[in-house]
Amino acid sequence: MSTALILGAVLAVVCVVLVALPFLREPDPLSDELDALTPERRRRLALSEERDRALAALKELEADHRAGRVNDEDYRISIGPLRREAAEALRALDGDARGKGEQAGRRDGGD
Amino acid sequence: MAELGRAALVVTLGLCLYAVVAGSYAAARRRRRLAGSARNALIAAFGSTLVAAGVLAAGFLRSDFSLTYVANHSNRTLGGVYKLSAFWGGQEGSLLLWLLILTGYAALAVWVNRNRARDLVVWVTPVLAGIAVCFSFLLVVVASPFAVQAAPLDGAGLNPSLQNPYMMAHPPFLYLGYVGLAVPFAFAMGALLSGRTDERWIVATRRWTLIAWTALGIGQLLGAHWAYVEVGWGGYYAWDPVENAALMPFLAATAFLHSVMIQEKRGMLKVWNVVLVALAFCLSIFGTFLTRSGVVNSIHSFSESDIGPWFLALIVIAVVFSTTLIIWRLPLLRSTTRLESLVSREAVFLYNNLLLVALCLTILWGVAWPILSEAVRGTSVVVGRPYYDFFLRIFGLPLLLLMGIGPLIAWRRASLRGLGRTFTGPAIVAVVTGIVLLLLGAGSSIPGLIAYTFSAFVLAAIALEFVRGTRARRALSSESWPGAFFSLIGRNRRRYGGYVVHVAIVLLAIGIAGSNSYDSVVEGKLAVGQSLALSGYRVTYQGLTERDTPHAAEVRAHLLVSRNGKSLGTMEAGKNSYKIAGPDPQVSSEVGIRTNYLTGEDLFVIPEQINDDGSVYFRIFVKPLVNLIWLAGIVFLLGSVIALWPDAREQRRLAVRYDEAGSPVRGR
Repeated sequence: MSTALILGAVLAVVCVVLVALPFLREPDPLSDELDALTPERRRRLALSEERDRALAALKELEADHRAGRVNDEDYRISIGPLRREAAEALRALDGDARGKGEQAGRRDGGD
Repeated sequence: MAELGRAALVVTLGLCLYAVVAGSYAAARRRRRLAGSARNALIAAFGSTLVAAGVLAAGFLRSDFSLTYVANHSNRTLGGVYKLSAFWGGQEGSLLLWLLILTGYAALAVWVNRNRARDLVVWVTPVLAGIAVCFSFLLVVVASPFAVQAAPLDGAGLNPSLQNPYMMAHPPFLYLGYVGLAVPFAFAMGALLSGRTDERWIVATRRWTLIAWTALGIGQLLGAHWAYVEVGWGGYYAWDPVENAALMPFLAATAFLHSVMIQEKRGMLKVWNVVLVALAFCLSIFGTFLTRSGVVNSIHSFSESDIGPWFLALIVIAVVFSTTLIIWRLPLLRSTTRLESLVSREAVFLYNNLLLVALCLTILWGVAWPILSEAVRGTSVVVGRPYYDFFLRIFGLPLLLLMGIGPLIAWRRASLRGLGRTFTGPAIVAVVTGIVLLLLGAGSSIPGLIAYTFSAFVLAAIALEFVRGTRARRALSSESWPGAFFSLIGRNRRRYGGYVVHVAIVLLAIGIAGSNSYDSVVEGKLAVGQSLALSGYRVTYQGLTERDTPHAAEVRAHLLVSRNGKSLGTMEAGKNSYKIAGPDPQVSSEVGIRTNYLTGEDLFVIPEQINDDGSVYFRIFVKPLVNLIWLAGIVFLLGSVIALWPDAREQRRLAVRYDEAGSPVRGR
């Protein structure tokens, strides 16, 4: 057998070990299930994105106004709806967290 | 060692197949360990491909001509660095480089994201592995770089036109770009497969897209510079199908980089973004198909081969796969908000996107038409330069203008009074520039004049942005002017990095307009002592010298150059006759270029024909501002690095978002 083929075989063995590593490390795991976003977490993530977007828009408007890209009149027109959006997003996120807390509380009470 | 190379490629193919099958099963059935195993297989595939690449590189360095590929693309006299770049000088080696970069990107992408958004990343592994399967299959079955033969005494040598420093760097950069687009594509498809159509895939791929896009841009500029100094026709971009093949995914990726900001800021254009990512990737495969299939006649393409149908199949699979997924997930891709005004920054981004995609598809039509006409009518109808130049002006000039308008308009909506205030300064600069240029005679080319006027507008708008931002920063933090300036950029890297890239595009536009619309040319046969004159230059032919080097026989014409009666010294231009195998030596034109670094102008001399009686037929160009094109490359790279630089504050904000949502940054 040539050196090249021996090296090829060594390479194949190393690769097989690497591929089998997750099973070699945990031959008998407590859980083999992947993390997943539940619909509830998905909704919360969407709310977080909304909040970040609204806050970023507010920040951007402030910066644009300070830099003179947005004049006073445009600023006054835009700031109200943006603040409302940000407040609604924060409220929705808070409500969601409170709802989750109450659910957890009910579950604890029932146990 | 050819057996080791072949074995390593077979191992890569096996690992990638495993990663596709096991990865898909693990993702569908939510098996954690199997998903880890598939991920490891993809990482190991990079290792085995690296071994194969190492074997081929060693073959070149040792001049092992028992490897047919090495014998066909190298010889004993080839210089050291070119021995290495000969690696990608042919079909099989460049395919191996493709696979090496692809598996490298894939391994890095799945490793870096191994603990982030696992439900999304778990689908990325089989998608990336699926692409790698196609390339490793081709290398194992169709175009192996490890075919062996009885070793000849010497090799055929490397194509002389590839023996150029720019050509050493051009293909790797292009591949980094082409292949890099596979990562955002895989994440987009992963998002659709997993149903995670939130911003996570965009956050995860933002830098990958930017890296691929930057590499593609730099790769094209390196290729343009190579064409300029080496091919010897007096230009840098010929709308060649293979050149266009790299431009199309670049345009699609540019559109994506802009439209993705609308999704981040406003939650809009989700479908459009996925379509653009898929389009950019499919166009990168289409470009690879064009280069390798031999269906188009180009100096950049490899010789005709039977590899084309495989790439065609890959394109069809990618198009059908991505289209099906997008249609399936349409309900999840609905926008949460709507465009509030047609006069807003997001609207400008939208117009920019439409123009970029229109330009991209127009070029695609121009590239595809000869292939389609040959398939349907039996004769290939080539689309010429006027077609492309026309559409470049139609779509490119408004795009240039939009680069200036975008920064001046606020998000969501802008009033006419507000616009009037912000536009006044840049508009005055543009009008004054236009009038001055008109008085100086730039009206000889209307598109050139418009390009310069728009460029002035964009530069003024960007300068104004930096001044306003720095002033506002100073007012907030009481920093010094330089401190406020750097702090402004540091706190908004993507925005200000983007503006620097826009400056690069303006430099590019000025360079292209100057060198195309205002260039001049003269040609003629000169005997010793005779001269040619143009644009104030006088070029006098002084005679020939010949030199023999280990690689080539070199002939040089010596020229005396003066401008407006003042001597500028001498320059050389000639031909090299390379000593490579074959009945005829390969001859290349070695153009003479004299650069005026102050004005960016080049005096460009092509020795078209060197006659036996010592006379030479010269073609001489004066190309105003052409060097701004190469300067644009440096500025483009600077802007991209600024935009790419990690932003700790943004990382923290994102970490808070995903932790809050219970989408663990460090999952199990």
